[in-house]
Amino acid sequence: MWTFFHKLGSPPWLYAIAGAILRWLVPITLIALISGTVWGLLFTSPDFRQGNSYRIIYIHVPAAVVALAGYYVMAIAGAISLIWRMKMADVVMKAAAPVGAALTFIALLTGAIWGKPTWGTWWVWDARITSMLILLFLYLGVVALYESFDNKEAAGKACAVLSLVGMVNIPIVYKSVDWWYSLHQPASIKFTGESTIDSSMLYPLLLMIAAFYALFTCCLLMNMRAELLQRESRTQWVKRIADEKGRG
Amino acid sequence: MSPPHTGQFFARVLCRQLLLVMRRPIEMGNPLLFFAMVIVLFPLGLGPAPDKLANFAPGLLWITALLSNLLTSDAVFRSDFDDGSLEQLMLAPQPLFLSSLSYILAHWLTTGFLLALVSPVFALMLNLPISALGTLILSLLLGTAVLSLLGGIGAALTVGLKRGGMLISLLILPFYMPVLIFGAAAVQAAVTGTPPGPYLAILGAMLSLAIALAPLAIATGLRISLDA
Amino acid sequence: MYFNTVQALLMMDGHGVYVWPAYLITAVIIVMLLVAPMRRRSRLLQRLAAEVRRAERKTVAGVRGGQ
Repeated sequence: MWTFFHKLGSPPWLYAIAGAILRWLVPITLIALISGTVWGLLFTSPDFRQGNSYRIIYIHVPAAVVALAGYYVMAIAGAISLIWRMKMADVVMKAAAPVGAALTFIALLTGAIWGKPTWGTWWVWDARITSMLILLFLYLGVVALYESFDNKEAAGKACAVLSLVGMVNIPIVYKSVDWWYSLHQPASIKFTGESTIDSSMLYPLLLMIAAFYALFTCCLLMNMRAELLQRESRTQWVKRIADEKGRG
Repeated sequence: MSPPHTGQFFARVLCRQLLLVMRRPIEMGNPLLFFAMVIVLFPLGLGPAPDKLANFAPGLLWITALLSNLLTSDAVFRSDFDDGSLEQLMLAPQPLFLSSLSYILAHWLTTGFLLALVSPVFALMLNLPISALGTLILSLLLGTAVLSLLGGIGAALTVGLKRGGMLISLLILPFYMPVLIFGAAAVQAAVTGTPPGPYLAILGAMLSLAIALAPLAIATGLRISLDA
Repeated sequence: MYFNTVQALLMMDGHGVYVWPAYLITAVIIVMLLVAPMRRRSRLLQRLAAEVRRAERKTVAGVRGGQ
């Protein structure tokens, strides 16, 4: 058990194991993404109320779910790096931020596109959309803070504090935005009556959610590998890898 | 000479901060002046129709208070960081989160507190009904304290950076949003005649949470900035 | 398969204008997410490999110069 934790702290081991995982995870992710998309776009019947535009759900919901989970991954990694001073947790946190921001952006953009045929307008100040927008700001804040420090070790710690504060705040933001929306809800828009989703639509959705989780993991590991090489560029193991690459 | 008790220490840091501001009264006047000027912008931009302004008044007053708090929070630790006093404070035997709390308290007393006291004047200029003034003051008192605490986190994290000014807004504005929602809602409730108590209670709950957790984050942030 | 013709698939009863761009933009962002770290890594490795080779040449030259 302890040797496992010990190994987790060792950059060469982490680099190698991440590479080994990626070798099979990337193909699986791509297959899942493509088959889920084809399933959702071609083999499901349209929603009886929204018609075909509902097919955006197969990217919108997975992106939103994983974007939110990604913030928790980032914040927990930040907590680990602050409390146990584990440098590899710092690498995880740094790697998670841009991926989470991109997924949040996908969720917002597809939401806006979906809104046009359903609500008749690109943007509605709906509770969930507003919360996602705030989540995007939280992600971008972490990225901006990291980039403005010259000392990258301090940058990691500062971002860890910020993402922890954000983690405490996310439930508050969600609850308050939800409540704010119920107070101001315009009468003309009545849409999200939690309709029970048909199982023929549910299965491709679940596949896509799994695929997006896998995608997040892939991007996380790839970013981590690049970050590890950069941080350890003065060490022997990185030079050996570079040398092999240069000759091969 | 024995070191002062923790409580005494807290009071001394607070007095020092307040004294520093008193010596330069313009520092205290700036946020209020800013508040007044931004309030003038709204009639100019939205048109002077009294009922329209009254409609938006709770939100406008709260947004303005939030912005003036945001602009001042960047400077909470700046000068003491530059001249090295913060480093001394970190070496002191008293816990850093307590002394950072007194910094925040001083900041709130010289910005949010004063702002809440003068806000009725501007509220009347925006045609806010007189019956809502009490709620406005109370919500601003509670809310700006939360804002000061949250702003302190951003200030602590960016105090070591040369170009911190814009960054701090990006970092802490998302955290300000729930406070804005409930602060403006409390005033709105008072305007429409529903009891504002629940909203004020939620603001109070936010304040309690912020007082408990924010000083820890501020102290950690200051340590990081001083180490960098 | 729900759609009978390619035409119907592209149109989606008028909603194709929304569905297809949404998927297209998502695909572009995903490809960018996957390619960016790969490019960063390979560029870094290239630079490091060049550094290693330069260092080797220098030591070889140093040894020759010493003889």
